[in-house]
Amino acid sequence: MKRAARAALALALAGCGRPAALDPAGPQAARIADLWWLSFAVVAAVYAAVLVALALAVARGRRARRESAGDGPPAPRPPDPARTRRIALVIGAASAASAAVLLVLLVASVRTGRAIARAEREHPLVVEVTGRQWWWSVRYADGRASEWFETANEIHLPVGRSIRLALSAGDVIHGFWVPALHGKRDLIPGRANELFLRVERPGTYVGRCAEFCGHQHAKMQILVVAEAPEAFEAWRARQRGPAREPRNEAERRGREVFLSSSCPLCHAIRGTSAGGQAGPDLTHLASRARIAGNWLPNAPGHLAGWVLDSQAVKPGNRMPPNLLPGPDVQALLAYLRSLE
Amino acid sequence: MSGDARAPALPGEEEERARLERALDPGPGLRGWLRSVSHRDVGRRYVATAFVFFALAGAAAAAMRAQLLFADNDWIGPDLYNQLFTMHGTTMMFLFAVPVMEGLAVYLVPLMLGTRNVAFPRLNAFGYYTFALAGIVLWTAFALDVGPDTGWFSYPPLAGPEFSPGKRVDFWAQLVTLTEVAALVAAVEIVATTFRQRAPGMSLDRIPLFVWAMLVTSFMVVFAMPAVMLASTYLALDRLVGTHFFNPVEGGEALLYQHLFWFFGHPEVYIIFVPALGIVSSIVSAFARRPVFGYPAMVLSLIATGFVSFGLWVHHMFATGLPELGESFFTAASLLIALPTGVQIFCWIATLWTGRLVFATPLLYVIGFVATFVLGGLTGVLQASVPIDTQVHDTFFVVAHLHYTLVGGAVFPLLGGIHFWFPKLTGRMASERLGKLGFALVFAGFHLTFFPMHQLGLAGMPRRVYTYAPDSGFEPLNQLAGAGAAVLALGVLVFAGNLLWSARRGRVAGPDPWGAETLEWSAPSPPPRYGFLHPPVVFGRDGLWEREAGSAVVTGLRSEPESGTYEVLLTNLVDARPELRADLPGPSIFPFLTAVSLVGTLVASVFTPWAPVFGGVPIFLSLLGWPVRTPPAPVVLREGEVPDVRPAPARAAP
Amino acid sequence: MSERPAALDVSVLPAHAFGSRGLAWWATVGFIVIEAGMFAMVIASLFYLHGEEAQWPPAPFAPPELLWGTVNTAILLLSAWPNHEMRLAAERLDLAGVRRWILVADAFSVAFLAVRWLELGDLNVRWDSNAYGSVVWVLIGFHTFHLLTDAIESMVLTAMVLGSPGPRRYVDVSENGIYWYFVVVVWIPIYAVVYLLPRWW
Repeated sequence: MKRAARAALALALAGCGRPAALDPAGPQAARIADLWWLSFAVVAAVYAAVLVALALAVARGRRARRESAGDGPPAPRPPDPARTRRIALVIGAASAASAAVLLVLLVASVRTGRAIARAEREHPLVVEVTGRQWWWSVRYADGRASEWFETANEIHLPVGRSIRLALSAGDVIHGFWVPALHGKRDLIPGRANELFLRVERPGTYVGRCAEFCGHQHAKMQILVVAEAPEAFEAWRARQRGPAREPRNEAERRGREVFLSSSCPLCHAIRGTSAGGQAGPDLTHLASRARIAGNWLPNAPGHLAGWVLDSQAVKPGNRMPPNLLPGPDVQALLAYLRSLE
Repeated sequence: MSGDARAPALPGEEEERARLERALDPGPGLRGWLRSVSHRDVGRRYVATAFVFFALAGAAAAAMRAQLLFADNDWIGPDLYNQLFTMHGTTMMFLFAVPVMEGLAVYLVPLMLGTRNVAFPRLNAFGYYTFALAGIVLWTAFALDVGPDTGWFSYPPLAGPEFSPGKRVDFWAQLVTLTEVAALVAAVEIVATTFRQRAPGMSLDRIPLFVWAMLVTSFMVVFAMPAVMLASTYLALDRLVGTHFFNPVEGGEALLYQHLFWFFGHPEVYIIFVPALGIVSSIVSAFARRPVFGYPAMVLSLIATGFVSFGLWVHHMFATGLPELGESFFTAASLLIALPTGVQIFCWIATLWTGRLVFATPLLYVIGFVATFVLGGLTGVLQASVPIDTQVHDTFFVVAHLHYTLVGGAVFPLLGGIHFWFPKLTGRMASERLGKLGFALVFAGFHLTFFPMHQLGLAGMPRRVYTYAPDSGFEPLNQLAGAGAAVLALGVLVFAGNLLWSARRGRVAGPDPWGAETLEWSAPSPPPRYGFLHPPVVFGRDGLWEREAGSAVVTGLRSEPESGTYEVLLTNLVDARPELRADLPGPSIFPFLTAVSLVGTLVASVFTPWAPVFGGVPIFLSLLGWPVRTPPAPVVLREGEVPDVRPAPARAAP
Repeated sequence: MSERPAALDVSVLPAHAFGSRGLAWWATVGFIVIEAGMFAMVIASLFYLHGEEAQWPPAPFAPPELLWGTVNTAILLLSAWPNHEMRLAAERLDLAGVRRWILVADAFSVAFLAVRWLELGDLNVRWDSNAYGSVVWVLIGFHTFHLLTDAIESMVLTAMVLGSPGPRRYVDVSENGIYWYFVVVVWIPIYAVVYLLPRWW
């Protein structure tokens, strides 16, 4: 509940104040934001200068027109050679100034790019993200192979540590973009891409798929939860473990419903016989703040609606509607909500 | 100038005029309409048809803006929305922006050069029909719910056989090929016409800036269009016959498509923009009452822009994870291209500064162009930087940038140019009051719609999304943009209404209502099908403003109505000394038939790979008709008319 | 202006010219530049895909058989000779010469189309096997398309010159010759890239 509230707050605040790309929570996004402000100041000054020149030209031209008599278009007149020379010099100077400005921007850009490209290379924590239509498969493949685990859509990161996101695509091209943390990187089938970053400010950050990937591209959101290293380790330890055993009759029945429906065809719950790979891993579903590609809050009503008829929420997504009788739905919900 | 009401007649003019009219008369009715090869007709049709597509694409955009007014809105579902933004982009880029500029060029370049038609009149007509039919096919597919839905750029693997089954993307691919054929045809026309058919005395350094712009554009088309034809052909082959160009499992590469597409895609936006630079020069000189400042710098800037535009394409791929050093090269090139355009802006400002300004609608659009395009160009400079681009790429920031540059940089000059040349095209003046009102609405509506999108992009709103989350905070700015879109639409309606009404009821215009300097203003308004009765001779760069304008014309060009031919003068490439008479063919139905066969073949190839083989037959047969020169349709006498039985003069041996 | 304008009488100028002084040349050369650009990009695509593979052709495919490709290269290069003669005859307005050489050229057309058919059977890969096969087939297929259209154009011109051609036809024959040179010359890098590259890189 607290998680969901925090996530909701993060999303709501995304609308006010600074836009996310200019409200950095880590050094990469901060460097980009710094470059942005420098470049913005420069181009704003250039724009202002052009507008002033245009306004003056229009004013002068207007005055010259009023000074010439008669109706109909005034007769054209050849330009004055002395003036022509002076104007040519001014234009030459303006062009040289423009070239200088562009050179400054080039140098600043290349330096920023280089700094970002070299950062966070020392012992980063590796998180593998695979984009699929229309959710994010996340795998923590650190340390011993027996400790690797999969989750979906919600990425937890320790604050202050170098992170390497290994990006790949399972079907079409997607784009990973969390503006508060870094620029975007495409996930391209057949190519291995990566993003190196670090988060300095704890919090929950929203991201979205940034490369058109089909019907539900719009609702393919990312949630990055950056927390203190101890909290992160605690989360990771819990996520490594298998799914919680049912504690009561309802949850037991719910697990039966899950395993005997079509759910295991696509979804996996470690510790049960469900091992489907086509859809998100549900082992610790209840620990996540949101569901359905981070589109809906992880609350009973939304979860029920999603399971029963996801097509109504996200038309064209890959999960078919599930027609289940009422009591089965209740039991299933109880079980899913127990998977912390 | 001879050929218009001002000049006194030379001997034999009446017979010459009659013979030329007969030679170019395509005949009555629909068949006659389809047979015309006059550049005036083809050019006007290009422009009119392109504006129809503009309206359709605009309607698609209006629907999208409506859907995005509210978070989690459900008026338009993802399937229709994806088709809408694909149709909007594809139509604007391939069916409006390039063809409308081609059409203006086809109409104006021969007149500005003082010749009677483009170099290959039948090829020209073929190009128009190919473009028009291709657009009709695409919109028919959309109406039948098989419109393409993977974006105007249609990336695989999403657009490939596995993730986009069905025929939607195939229609897109064939449309691209067909519109590129039309563009290539027009480009060859402009180059040949400009290099060979200039008026005597119009050396290369006396060509109007608009013609230079179209010449540079034509070269860009020739080198850029093949890349997209190839990309779309590879995609079509992957989908239809099982090739693996973009299938990573079998050695293919998704990025190969992007490289090919953007190698075309970046020059494409300059192919749209450079003609507008030519229009701006035409308007500025006419309404500042002086030639544009710095002719050599202007020409070199156009050429430099054309060249450098081929070195930028990777800046569309900065998020794909390419090597850093390579990307820096493209950053440098993307910054560099701002310089020649900057020089042009400085020269225009200098022209306005030292001119005596007439504040008619065309000039307002030019002022709007500078204020709008420069902002868009500067956001382009921001995006040239890889780190900044990784934040704003594929967001509404880019949507803002591309509209500021394309609408500000191409559409505003275009609208101004339409107002400017309207009297020449129709023989009537458009209403100045409505013109100014239209400008005000379009300008205000445009900025209200697109400026907020910069903020939306930085706040995290990606492109091509059919909705957004209620807690994203995107709603207020989207609603502002929606309001702006309504104002913009109103402005477009006022613009269109003004022109449609004025075409019938506007004040009658003479040949040169603005007192402009290029040669098209010496022809009647509208010009006859044959353009100039006696093509002009030129003595300087400033056309009609030269003291000696109108003092010499070309005579001795033959026309032979019985074989449907008429002659143009070919002059030397560099200094335009008269060299040769070339006879151009008259009206024919075969260009239309070839276009129908070609479009039909490519549409059929969406359904069977044998189509090119079978379709080759009607294409071949219709091509056989192109060299045929037939007599014009018999003259139908109206009551009281006496038939003209004077024989044509005997033709001298070649 | 109340004076009658001076008249520059151009009726004495010739009405036909070969080469860049006429208009047909510009259409032909324009088309050649466009097609050359397309070929260059297909070859660039081949090198792009080649850069991503450890082996070329990728296992288990063998390179195309050398025989028919090399034979056709020889036929194409030899065809430049009747082509050259045909153009010279056209520029001399020598109808008999044009007829003779265009028929020889047509014979070469038939020969290289027939050998091209044999080549296509010996490529050792299908277009739908993998990306290598796709790009090789597109490259050769695109060239074959040009061979075909050139052959058809030549045969149409043959029919015209066997009748009573006007002066314009001689210019068309000469322009067709230029296009023929292009089809021959563009084959050389294609041959190198398809047949030689897999063996010697």
